[in-house]
Amino acid sequence: MGLKGRDVISIRDLAREEIDELLAAARRMIPYAEGRKRGHALEDQILVLAFFEPSTRTRLSFDTAMQRLGGRCVTIADPGSSSIRKGESLSDTVRMLSAYGDAIVLRHPNEGAARLAATVSDRPVINAGDGAGQHPTQTLLDLATMQEAFGTLSGLKVVLLGDLRFGRTVHSLAHALALFGSQMVLVSPPQLRLPEEVREQLDHAGAKVEEEEQLHRALRDADVLYVTRMQRERFGDDLEFARIADSYRVDTNVLAAAKSRLIVLHPLPRTVEIAPEVDGTPHAAYFRQASLAVPVRMALLSLILTGKAP
Amino acid sequence: MRELKVTPIKNGTVIDHIGNGLALEVLRILEVHELDKDSTVSVALHVRSSKLGWKDIVKVENMELSPRKVNAIALIAPTATISIIRDSKVREKRSVSLPDRIAGVLRCPNPNCITNHGEPVESEFDVYRRRPVTLRCIYCERLVDEFLKLLR
Repeated sequence: MGLKGRDVISIRDLAREEIDELLAAARRMIPYAEGRKRGHALEDQILVLAFFEPSTRTRLSFDTAMQRLGGRCVTIADPGSSSIRKGESLSDTVRMLSAYGDAIVLRHPNEGAARLAATVSDRPVINAGDGAGQHPTQTLLDLATMQEAFGTLSGLKVVLLGDLRFGRTVHSLAHALALFGSQMVLVSPPQLRLPEEVREQLDHAGAKVEEEEQLHRALRDADVLYVTRMQRERFGDDLEFARIADSYRVDTNVLAAAKSRLIVLHPLPRTVEIAPEVDGTPHAAYFRQASLAVPVRMALLSLILTGKAP
Repeated sequence: MRELKVTPIKNGTVIDHIGNGLALEVLRILEVHELDKDSTVSVALHVRSSKLGWKDIVKVENMELSPRKVNAIALIAPTATISIIRDSKVREKRSVSLPDRIAGVLRCPNPNCITNHGEPVESEFDVYRRRPVTLRCIYCERLVDEFLKLLR
């Protein structure tokens, strides 16, 4: 089944072959994303950006992706000024938006909002984050970065570090890595361990997952270190947060034991998890990861709206 | 004189092999308070059963179950059998079974799920695992394996 006209709500909606197709298209989009080539594939198409929760990078990268391919966007960026504030249901809002544009990108504070939107919309819906739920395009650009660095996603050893409990990006990523047969090592403070149900779903899918307390031990033979932000509000007090944040902080010392080809990823924005001294090392791939947001979203929009990618 | 523990019914439904102690939950699902005043509801609690050891039985006069109610019973009392009685004869007898998708029976336990925020939409779950029964909200993807408190 092709991607044309499809909703992308959860990474689970995509088969492994479809993810491969998207990543290959994203690689071809890089010269267009960087402005070296001019794209026209989405001329005359209008994308609705419906953001009911603040976001800068996700909204701007979708907007940029659309414009790089000659398309245009209309935007709800301040739900306070929209009819939602007057008590309109999301279902009604989405029905209206689907009459305006050719596809809808939705970010919403409630889990399941994008799935609901997809059931009422005549046009494809792309989930750009629903509460603590799914954020599939973030996962696609995580995968694109790993694939660019290693040429493959199969057989990689990926360490997932930090807030594995509340970090939605980690749950989607783990699911995708399971599809590609990567090995995962989980490293987190006890109160931020991967939820039992996510772990169970990974086991269900036959994924190779282990837990490790010591970061330096987990890093042995690892290809990728995926770091997430630990939020202060998840901890009892500032002192406990400082102690734990410090023990999981990634710096050049920690990376000294790693393979020279190890790459460090982070969905950004980072706070204290990665020391700035790492930025200058060949391990730092998080800015590259952020810059792939545009070509990955170009590939997705192009395939969903036209069924092909230049 | 022979003493009847549970009165036979002419028309209605018998739900047998309900897990011990679950009859009152089944009554809740049946919404027996909505029956007309001439219909009898019999409940037997803690009855000997060769299959289950102990079981509960519910008999309701003048009621046949909607698919929604049958699905709810399948969730709460998966061992139950349902017999439909017409003119004092058993016309149909079957075990309850869980369909692949269940709509409108449970609310999602995730308070942040969009189905708990005033949208004009029925909650809906698919079966993630059958033994033990685990459902997954089709909207927020939350897994659910405790159902009693979530019945609508």
